[in-house]
Amino acid sequence: MRALLWRDIRLAARAGGSAMLALAFFAAVATLVPLGVGADLHLLARIAPGILWVAAVLAALLALDRLFQADFEDGSLDLLALSPLSLETVAVAKIAAHWLTTGLPLTLLSPLLAVLFGLKAIPALFVSLLVGTPAVSAIGAIGAGLTLSIRRGGLILPLIVLPLLAPAVIFGAGAVLAALDGLSNGALPLLGAFSFAACVLSPFATAAAVRLNLGS
Amino acid sequence: MLRYANPTRFLSLSRPLVPWLGTLALALLAGGLFLGLRVPPDYQQGETVRVMFIHVPAAWTAMMAYGLMAVASLVGLVWRHPLADQAAKAAAPLGALFTALGLVTGAIWGAPMWGTWWVWDGRLTSFLLLFFLYLGYIALWNAIEDETRAARAAAILALIGAVNLPVIEFSVDWWATLHQGESILRKGGPLISAVYLWPLFLMALGYTFAFFTLWLMRIETEILTRRARSLMMSAGEA
Repeated sequence: MRALLWRDIRLAARAGGSAMLALAFFAAVATLVPLGVGADLHLLARIAPGILWVAAVLAALLALDRLFQADFEDGSLDLLALSPLSLETVAVAKIAAHWLTTGLPLTLLSPLLAVLFGLKAIPALFVSLLVGTPAVSAIGAIGAGLTLSIRRGGLILPLIVLPLLAPAVIFGAGAVLAALDGLSNGALPLLGAFSFAACVLSPFATAAAVRLNLGS
Repeated sequence: MLRYANPTRFLSLSRPLVPWLGTLALALLAGGLFLGLRVPPDYQQGETVRVMFIHVPAAWTAMMAYGLMAVASLVGLVWRHPLADQAAKAAAPLGALFTALGLVTGAIWGAPMWGTWWVWDGRLTSFLLLFFLYLGYIALWNAIEDETRAARAAAILALIGAVNLPVIEFSVDWWATLHQGESILRKGGPLISAVYLWPLFLMALGYTFAFFTLWLMRIETEILTRRARSLMMSAGEA
């Protein structure tokens, strides 16, 4: 499992560099927003939590359609299915690798973008992304598994995954807004609960989805 | 119940049932609309209260459709009955239709009453998500060519999406914003006067029967399409 994890991380870091691509996409989307809504820093500081959360979710979706597909096409997924590792374990490794190569770098980059937006509650944004992005990887993996055998699966994947990710965005951005207003609302614990439940349940759903696509 | 998992037996049951259900639905809808147009205007909402009779049942039916779709998906996943897969598939476009109807009538009701077509309130947002779940489900089903694979993938998605149903149901209690709270199925009896409750009740039954009529018809069409396809396949091979 550890070998699989390392292999996926190295693949993401080198070939195609999906990790760097996601970061660049994140920064590019975040840059477009001030160009679209104007450079009023008060307004930008107010909408920054939502913008950064949405941009982070979209950036994390970029690499998702390749999560299983590359292995599916060259047959290594069949080998993994035959190996003593259960598909659930494979799913855990894949989710972890995806998070380490997209969710975590996005979280690390977010304070920089938050400064550009004049956002005051940077620690809150950092913590909410740190807690919430695993849910994005976990739920995204289910979508990746379901759309595995579709040739243009990347187009359907967001339609499937985004409605399911709505709670993450609501609680994630809500936690930052609450911190901005000096309120203590329950958004961050709820985000943690959502993320935890997603990470625990997703490997089973993901494995089921992959299995049905592998079966003849 | 399992007796009718056989498509032929199902057809023999559903074919005579459809005209009855359809007539019943039309009669209930006609009665509900008649009563709904005759009730006195509400003392606060005036004439617009009548939108309730087409809005509320649409929303209920949309949620019931998702519930039925999820149950059919579960049955299809666990017992591998192709008929359950067909039933789930047939329910999705209907559910999407009723969801759209609920959203549109809600907006039409909201414009004069709330002064806005749309608010990002918990109930409205989760209901919009329900619409997207339906669309994703339909898209996933259409994108996968292999029928059994498509059925299973879509079933998994339907079951995961089912977590949205309780969110919709309880959203008015969790986030107290514009959409009013539960006023019919609540402890201590409904908050709505009986004058309005009757047409609402008739319309809800009418919508439900209309859904079941269309659902059965769509399942029949699915079964017949499959038969026609396999006939064509065997004719092509010969």
